[in-house]
Amino acid sequence: MTVSAARPTVAVWKFASCDGCQLSILDCEEELLKLAGAVRISHFLEMSRASVKGPYDLSLVEGSVTTQDDVARIKEVRRVSRVLITIGACANSGGIQGLRNFAASGQYASVVYAHPEYIKALDTSTPISAHVPVDLELYGCPIDKTQLLSVLTAILAGRRPRVPGHSVCQECKGRGTVCLLVSRGTPCLGPVTRAGCGALCPSVDRGCFGCFGPTDTANTGSLAGQLRGQGLAPVDTSRLFRTFNATAPAFMAESVAQGGAPPVTPSDPVRESAEVD
Amino acid sequence: MSHGSRGDRTISVEGLARVEGEGSLRVEVRDGIVSDVALEIFEPPRYFEAMLIGRHFTEAPDITSRICGICPVAYQMSACNAMEDACEAVIDERIGALRRLLYCGEWIQSHALHVYLLHAPDFLGCADAVELAERAPGIVERGLDLKRTGNLVMETVGGRAVHPVNVRVGGFYRAPSPESVAALAEPLFRARDQALATVEWVSGFDFPDVEADYRFVALREPGRYAIESGRAVSSDGLDLSPAELAELVVEEHVARSTALHARLGGRDSYLTGPLARYSLNSSMLPPLAAEAAAGAGLGPVCKNPFRSIVVRAVELVFACDEALSLVETYAPPEPPAATVVPRAASGAGATEAPRGLLFHTYDIDESGTIRRARIVPPTSQNQLTIESDLRQVAQESLDLGDDDLQWRCEQAVRNHDPCISCAAHFLDVTIESS
Repeated sequence: MTVSAARPTVAVWKFASCDGCQLSILDCEEELLKLAGAVRISHFLEMSRASVKGPYDLSLVEGSVTTQDDVARIKEVRRVSRVLITIGACANSGGIQGLRNFAASGQYASVVYAHPEYIKALDTSTPISAHVPVDLELYGCPIDKTQLLSVLTAILAGRRPRVPGHSVCQECKGRGTVCLLVSRGTPCLGPVTRAGCGALCPSVDRGCFGCFGPTDTANTGSLAGQLRGQGLAPVDTSRLFRTFNATAPAFMAESVAQGGAPPVTPSDPVRESAEVD
Repeated sequence: MSHGSRGDRTISVEGLARVEGEGSLRVEVRDGIVSDVALEIFEPPRYFEAMLIGRHFTEAPDITSRICGICPVAYQMSACNAMEDACEAVIDERIGALRRLLYCGEWIQSHALHVYLLHAPDFLGCADAVELAERAPGIVERGLDLKRTGNLVMETVGGRAVHPVNVRVGGFYRAPSPESVAALAEPLFRARDQALATVEWVSGFDFPDVEADYRFVALREPGRYAIESGRAVSSDGLDLSPAELAELVVEEHVARSTALHARLGGRDSYLTGPLARYSLNSSMLPPLAAEAAAGAGLGPVCKNPFRSIVVRAVELVFACDEALSLVETYAPPEPPAATVVPRAASGAGATEAPRGLLFHTYDIDESGTIRRARIVPPTSQNQLTIESDLRQVAQESLDLGDDDLQWRCEQAVRNHDPCISCAAHFLDVTIESS
């Protein structure tokens, strides 16, 4: 996964999301202008009204796929992108809006809208990788901007970018944070959550809630057993696994094992609305 | 893209740039009269109010912060206020002060982003801040430095700039150390000077001579410029608690449109955000910000939407100044959070997000499980007004060529810093123009 152009073109795309991962790009305050010099930012709506047509050397994709139009749009984005990197929990696992995958068809729309028949959305929120091949996934809710910069730097230098596969526990050890799970019995997803944030939550006396999603080898069953032994009810353990990466396979399986509703297989994939003009 | 003969024109922008989220705008001109305008939002809904049902009341701040990466603190604070209202929790003054400091960080970050990266390029004919930086690198660097200080405040108090991790119902997980808070003084002094320079810079822009007859709504508190608490007041005399406000705001889901149109008290549109805050509360600004406003030529009320960039810059001065005072008087709350015991009740919470009033209401049961949630973000409240601005600005700018008219229309929308990501989770919208 390398880009060969001297000043490669970069596009940033948004699907269903909060904009926070795109904002992390703009949050690279010190590096933003240098970055804009090293690459050509050719399509980034949040930042510029100038947009250059593709193909692009590199696309960064935020958000999950939740509409039929977006199913087509992500295919088009893939077609015009030499390298495609997904950024954040929504793009990689379906995000918090993936909670709809556990609800009956149409149930969520009927809570929010008086006339759910006008709403044109899929019953599921799915990661980008469910639709097109993805070259690299950058994790987090939101992503870590330092990690983003190191990945971009690696790609520009023709090196293979590295994303950690180990757990938040190692980051706690690294910064000398006493283990909350062991010393205080605080429920913590650190043992099964991918490193990358720098173990922020334990450093403020809070258990990890899994922003970066499961590690490659997450032993969620063992952690659930530990939490049960500490008196956490299964319903609470299930909720703990069911937030911003609720539909990441390892977290989803454990939340179901703890009694959470299983995902619903959509029978009616798109409810075409009364045409909106 | 725009086309048409002199009397009949269509301006349409498919992907509206430099706003948070994705939307488009369309203006139709027939026989020299603007006949139709639409701000369309094609972001898909994310159904937050449905996701929250069945969750524990303590989860609302983290879950709702994911509505918007640009103003997560606003969501966290409104959710905390609502839950604490439901549970009748008493919050220590020191916790209140720390919340206000965190919120100042978000105002600085979000306003610096909007002023420098999203809005100013319009006034200077640049496609974006990168082009602006080619002409005036020092200015863009100043804006990015200001933004960085806002983020630094959020990181120090909240643990992370986007989706802070340290906020909980009742207060904070851990109070930041006095040393780490004291270290904010130096960058905040610099930021305050940069904010003053920002006011001077933007007040020299060329503003179209437009005034709109706004109905303003903002929070107000005795003795200070309201951010994280207060009662909702309006320019036509309403004075409401957050719960009363929530009762009076009616959102309609209209046939042929998926917009939820927010109307207040049975009347038409209203405007929240910097223009409303400033116009209703300019007398509450502390001296430095008040002097900056006067120096920039702002009267006590500002009804020119293009001048919202000046108001935002004045609010930057205020937020830096206020944050400095809070840093100087900081004493760690002990304990960092009040104990909040759930009970079967309803609660309402309202705060001033950088782009306007944001309120939440919840019903929870005695176990603390959320039974009903309602979240009304600023952009859904402002949408009808943004459209009427678009109509007025377009009508008064018909002498412009198509490209310039298109740009002016885009600007009419960006004046209000709409957060489409926020709004879209509640309205999958095509706005019906009135």
